[in-house]
Amino acid sequence: MAQSSYFVPATAKWPIVGTVGMFIMMIGFANWLNMGPTGPWLAAIGGAIIIAMIFGWFADVVRESRAGLYNPAVDASFRQGMIWFIFSEVMFFAAFFGALFYARMFAVPWLGGDGTGAMTREFLWPEFEATWPTHGPAELGGDFQTIPGFGLPLLNTLILLTSGVTITLAHWALKKGQRAALIGWMIATIVLACVFLSIQAYEYVHAYRDLGLTLGSGIYGSTFFMLTGFHGIHVIIGTIMLIVITIRCAMGHFTEKNHFGWEATAWYWHFVDVVWLGVFIFVYVV
Amino acid sequence: MANASTAHHDDHHDHHPTGLARWLFSTNHKELGTLYLIFSLAMFLVGGAMALVIRAELFAPGLQLVNPEFFNQMTTMHALVMIFGAVMPAFVGLANWMVPLMIGAPDMALPRMNNWSFWILPFAFTLLLSTLFMPSGGPSAGWTLYPPLSLQGGNSLAFVILAIHLMGISSIMGAINIIATILNMRAPGMTLLRMPLFVWTWLITAFLLIAVMPVLAGAVTMLLTDRFFGTSFFNAAGGGDPVLYQHIFWFFGHPEVYILILPAFGIVSEIIPTFARKPLFGYTAMVYATASIAFLSFIVWAHHMFTVGMPLGAMLFFMYATMVIAVPTGVKIFNWIATMWRGSMTFETPMLFALGFVVMFTIGGLSGLMLAIVPTNFQYHDTYFVVAHFHYVLVSGAVYAIMAGVYYWLPKWTGHMYDEKLGKIHFWWSTIWVNVLFFPQHYLGLAGMPRRIPDYAVQFAEFNMISSIGGFMYGFGQLLFVYIIWKCVRGGEKATAQVWDGARGLEWTVPSPAPLHTFDTPPLVDDKVAVHADRLT
Repeated sequence: MAQSSYFVPATAKWPIVGTVGMFIMMIGFANWLNMGPTGPWLAAIGGAIIIAMIFGWFADVVRESRAGLYNPAVDASFRQGMIWFIFSEVMFFAAFFGALFYARMFAVPWLGGDGTGAMTREFLWPEFEATWPTHGPAELGGDFQTIPGFGLPLLNTLILLTSGVTITLAHWALKKGQRAALIGWMIATIVLACVFLSIQAYEYVHAYRDLGLTLGSGIYGSTFFMLTGFHGIHVIIGTIMLIVITIRCAMGHFTEKNHFGWEATAWYWHFVDVVWLGVFIFVYVV
Repeated sequence: MANASTAHHDDHHDHHPTGLARWLFSTNHKELGTLYLIFSLAMFLVGGAMALVIRAELFAPGLQLVNPEFFNQMTTMHALVMIFGAVMPAFVGLANWMVPLMIGAPDMALPRMNNWSFWILPFAFTLLLSTLFMPSGGPSAGWTLYPPLSLQGGNSLAFVILAIHLMGISSIMGAINIIATILNMRAPGMTLLRMPLFVWTWLITAFLLIAVMPVLAGAVTMLLTDRFFGTSFFNAAGGGDPVLYQHIFWFFGHPEVYILILPAFGIVSEIIPTFARKPLFGYTAMVYATASIAFLSFIVWAHHMFTVGMPLGAMLFFMYATMVIAVPTGVKIFNWIATMWRGSMTFETPMLFALGFVVMFTIGGLSGLMLAIVPTNFQYHDTYFVVAHFHYVLVSGAVYAIMAGVYYWLPKWTGHMYDEKLGKIHFWWSTIWVNVLFFPQHYLGLAGMPRRIPDYAVQFAEFNMISSIGGFMYGFGQLLFVYIIWKCVRGGEKATAQVWDGARGLEWTVPSPAPLHTFDTPPLVDDKVAVHADRLT
């Protein structure tokens, strides 16, 4: 480790900008939730500041990286940072998967009289039968239908898995220095990502308009929309990352050996992919 | 960063910004460590003031000073401020200052993110504390925010949840930085098993933080959507379950209590060998014990909620798993005592606080074992016995270790020795009154006094009065701590690089005060400079 030249910037102006942006956005969002008239505006201003911060911060890092200020030790720190960030994201999804498993394994059967829940059922909801999917004994949100797993969701699974292949082909092209092939496979990946997102958007509209399935459809609607929704948000973030690094590929920022910004995006994309497999199996199929 | 390309590590010593800009834009681990510690001290005083409101109201039966709603806001906010604002940032501040010095690194691995993780905190706490001034008041359902109660409060809930999100983001980034620093920035020769124990405990703590802070984020997000977007996670009418929240929350919450204590173990493991003038007994066992505690912390969460009505098998599992934690913890206490055995002990203030930690943390640990037993837990649950238990491990445990660490490293930070006489007075004053404060709460709890209530039956009057007197004496005594720090920063006897004659490790090889940049060129670590040298072959 050549630590003698470990890069430590003299000052950092972007973090405090980001903090102020987050602060304004959170105040705005909280006001919004409480029907405050300024809420949406503050949230938008905060969001804009955060976007500016991300743009400026990454621009600095890209500039420094291209100026050769980062030695292998700095590169290793970035790798560590990305790995543990993805791990934290995995744990965030784990909370929602945990909620789904608990509801299906315990909460709903107990409401149906299983285990020690017999008297709860007797006194509160004697007609409730534990089934899945369910919107609970009070039938919140009214009647609904679910989206069958082996239809569009299966197609979406194949699309995301294919995008995992195309990004790997892009990586091979990158490592061989074939920029045209690299950009081609990157664009293919982005197209697949956009198709996935379009199908998800169509599915949401279909669920709300035709199937009666909403966020308010009891525990099924809650887990369905929160898991697919948070996954979708991550796909959107990943797609933006893919677009940015494709532009950087076109600008010739990456070399065969030195392309961690690219790799971090690919790692993130694979993470989104793997989470989808969990969503597909446990939300749609089982 | 206009001149990013010139802002290279080697040539920025000259144009370091001054004034507010120095602190707002700093990327230096020592400056950010200082900010963390000052912020934590401020929050300690804010949270302490809330505790004094609680103790003042409980001084005598009946409602005297505050209305019950405000009392509930105080118990909720006191916990949130002390956990997320005082203890956690204090440990991160100590890690910022000491981990790079201990492993021979020039700075933290990700210096800009280090700045970000700190500066989020003052803003997050502004958001949190501002709820006290809102028409509906602050959160009042307890820091655990159990639904359905927490969902029935006023419009402050959204602010509280978003503030918790900000704190979580800060903690996760701080933890990522610490892991990356420890795994990636060690000087040549600083192998994992040569690392000081404070570094080891922080490595494991950082892992816990990254694993569970997102789970808390998930839990409070579900609260938010249940309250504002019509989901039914914690609503039985929709097929959800309020108990689900408790499971998710405590899956975060139990590792969280080890996040609050593992770095304390690390600090005490640094201090006791120094003042016993003997290397730490059972270094490797300490490392494995820490890792075991961290692992077990993930499979014991439901002992916080035995009374919700779980299946018998679950209660048995969580009871036994909880009791197993006593084994690695016992290893640690045994090792600390064995380190002192036949040592040439002296009792400077850091050592006094470390010894106070060992004794009083053990008391708290043993009451924890009592709480782990399901049948007795049914009796103790939500009583003052629980309050006594976790204050013994948190105040006379975690906070004592932080203070021990501050006295231990203050000469290294400031270049001056603190006032030893005042330090000893601070220790004895605190130790007497902290026991007057919390010990009677054991009896109150065993006699059946519930926690989180502003009024109580008259048979609890005496012990409550004693406890309140202890609280006020302990609380105001901490102003002495602030004075000692202030005095030490201002001046005092010059500290040598070595500071303590029994101290070993890289941090004692740099001058006192430690210059802004240390280990620009990494030191070579061999058995002679390694802390646990004699253990290695």
